[in-house]
Amino acid sequence: MEAKTLFDKIWDAHVVKKVEAGPSVLYIDRHFIHEVTSPVAFLGLKNRGLKVFRPDQTTATPDHNVPTIDQELSIKDELSRHQVEMLKKNCDEHGITYHGLGSEGHGVVHIIGPEMGLTQPGMTIVCGDSHTSTHGAFGAIAFGIGTSEVEMVLASQCIMQPKPKKMRITVDGELGKGVTSKDIALYIISKISTSGGTGHFIEYAGSAITSLSMEARMTLCNLSIESGARGGMIAPDDTTINYIKGRQFAPKGADWDKAVEYWKSLKSDEGAQFDTEYHFDAADIEPMITYGTNPGMGIGVTATIPLGEELQGTDRTTFLKSLKYMDYNPGEPMKGKKVDYVFLGSCTNGRIEDFRAFAQFVKGKKKADDIHVWLVPGSKAVEKQIIAEGLDQIFEEAGMALRQPGCSACLAMNDDKIPEGKYAVSTSNRNFEGRQGPGARTLLASPLTAAAVAVTGVITDPRELM
Amino acid sequence: MAYDKFVTLTSRAVPLPVENVDTDQIIPARFLKAVERKGFGDNLFRDWRYDKANQPIADFPLNDSKYSGKILVGGKNFGSGSSREHAAWAIYDYGFRVVVSSFFADIFKGNSLNNGLLPVIVSPAFLEKIFAAIEADPTTELEVDLENQKITLLTTGESEEFEINAYKKHCLQNGLDDIDYLVNMKEEIEAFER
Ligand code: SF4
Repeated sequence: MEAKTLFDKIWDAHVVKKVEAGPSVLYIDRHFIHEVTSPVAFLGLKNRGLKVFRPDQTTATPDHNVPTIDQELSIKDELSRHQVEMLKKNCDEHGITYHGLGSEGHGVVHIIGPEMGLTQPGMTIVCGDSHTSTHGAFGAIAFGIGTSEVEMVLASQCIMQPKPKKMRITVDGELGKGVTSKDIALYIISKISTSGGTGHFIEYAGSAITSLSMEARMTLCNLSIESGARGGMIAPDDTTINYIKGRQFAPKGADWDKAVEYWKSLKSDEGAQFDTEYHFDAADIEPMITYGTNPGMGIGVTATIPLGEELQGTDRTTFLKSLKYMDYNPGEPMKGKKVDYVFLGSCTNGRIEDFRAFAQFVKGKKKADDIHVWLVPGSKAVEKQIIAEGLDQIFEEAGMALRQPGCSACLAMNDDKIPEGKYAVSTSNRNFEGRQGPGARTLLASPLTAAAVAVTGVITDPRELM
Repeated sequence: MAYDKFVTLTSRAVPLPVENVDTDQIIPARFLKAVERKGFGDNLFRDWRYDKANQPIADFPLNDSKYSGKILVGGKNFGSGSSREHAAWAIYDYGFRVVVSSFFADIFKGNSLNNGLLPVIVSPAFLEKIFAAIEADPTTELEVDLENQKITLLTTGESEEFEINAYKKHCLQNGLDDIDYLVNMKEEIEAFER
C-alpha cells in the first residue's frame, strides 16, 4: 500500500467527488461561525431560498467585536450590537446552537471548540476565520474560509478545495528555559517567511513538538497561517486523547473506544512523501519578539534589529517602510525599548495555561507604573477557571485587572484599541499596521515575555527574571 | 454571489509596489461591521488612503489622478493575513476586476475567484516590467485575456501566460459560483454521509 501522510488520510476520507481538472468537493464535519463573516452568507442563503443543510454541525458564538467590560449590559456600539443580534437571529431561524455573550459556552470560537470536545482528531473543520488552523493541533484538517465558502458549508456541508501541497516541519530537542510554543512558531515564521508555507498544509513533528501540552500545540498550529500555510496539524497521541476524554461532546462508552482506536491510526506512514521539509533544533530557539509589521519579522529577544542590507528593490523598500511605521532603526537592540501596553489573550494565547504562566511570573511583583495591561480570557470557561484558581487575586495584587472574554485587542474591532503611535507587546498573532488600532505598533511575543514586560515597562528577556 | 462574466479586459492599471499587502490594510477590521455586502470600496486601503483628518493622502496611488483603471498591480504575497472576504469585495466594489502580483496568499486568491475578481500571477521579472512601464507612462494599458490565459503589456507587446484552474476559469467566464454546483450535488452528499 502507498505510504500516506496524516493529511492525505483525512483528506481522502472526506472527498465526496473530484471535479475534472478542478477542485475536490470536500465534506466538512464541523463548522464554526461568528458574527463578522457570517451575515452575508446567511443573506446569500435567503436570496437563494435555501435552508441550512446540517444545522447540528455548525456552532456559533459572537467573539470578534464584543466588549470585554460590562458584557451584562447591552452592547453600546450600534453596528456591533446589530451584528451580534443578527447572528443570534440567523441561528434561531436555522436551528444552529448559539453561545451568546455571558453564557457558559461563550468565547473566542477557536477556544470554545476544543473546550467542548467539538474538535476531534480526523475531522475536517472550517470557520470564516484564518486561525481555524488552531484545531489542527488535534490531528484534524482545519482551515479558514471566506464568506462565500461559509455559505457553501451552510448550504451543502461541503466546500470546493484544490488539494494543497504537504510540508513537514520537524523540531527536535529540548526547549530552553522560558521558551514556549509561541516562540517556536515565531522562530519558524522568521525562518521560512510569511509566504514560506503558501500552498501547503503543515504537519509538525519531532520530539520538541510531541512533548508540548495540548494547549501549547494549539498555539503553534494557530500561527501556521502566519507562514502563509492553510493550516498546521499534529498527529494525535495520548496527550490529545487525554485532553478530549470526558469533554461535553467527546464520544462516550463504546463509541469512545472505537474513536480512540481510529485516532491512533492517524499518523503519517513511514516513508510518506512531503513536498517540502524543514528541520529545526529546539536548542536554537530563544524567547522571540517581532520588530516589524508582519509576523515573519521576529528575532530573539536579546538580538538586534537586522540591517537588511542584503535586501534589494521592493524587498528593501518594504523593510524600511515597516521600520518607519514602528519608528525603529536597523541594528538597534530590542531589549530595553519602551512599551506602553501589554495584551494577554486571543485564540493564540488566551487559554488557561497562558494565564497560569503569566500569573506565576507576575506573582509578588508589581505592574510597571506607566504601562497598561489588558488581560482578556479566551472564553467564559477560561475566565471561570482563572477565578477558581485565584489567579485574578494575583493579578489584582500586581495592579492588573481581568477583563471578560472576546477577541479584544487582537483585531481591535471593539473598543480595545491601542492608541496611535503606542507600543503594545501582544500575545496575539498579527502585527500588521493598524491591526490593534489605527497607528498602533504591535510587538508579538509569548505570555512569559509579555509578563516580563508588564512588570518592567520595557522589552525584557523573561529568563532574567525567572 | 452573482458577478459579471469575465471576458477580455483592456485597461490602465494602478500600481501598488509594496510587498505583503495584508487584508488588514486592504480593509481594516473596524469597517467589517456591516451585515450586507455593500459599500466596502469606500474604505478600500482606508488607512493608506486617508489621513487622520479623513483627507486623502495625495501620493497614495488610488488618490493620484495620473493612475486609473480596472487593474490593480501589487507586490509579492498580496492578500496575506485574515480570511475576510471583505478584502476581495472592497477591491471589486472599488471597480477593479483584476489584481496582478507575483504571489498571492491562498485564502485571498480563493476569495477573489469566488467573487469575479481575477488574480493574475506573473513572474517577478514581468511584475517589475509592469511597475516600470506604469511608472514611465501611467497611461500604459494591460490586456488580460482569460480565454488564452495571457497578460500583455500593450506598450511593448510583451506578454506572459498565467495559470488558472480550468474549473475556476469556466466559472469566471460564465459568472457561475460554487454554491449552485454544490446545491445540485445534494444526493451525492447525502449518499456520502451514509
Ligand atoms: S482572537 Fe484574533 S485571530 Fe483569534 S479569532 Fe479572534 S480576531 Fe481572529
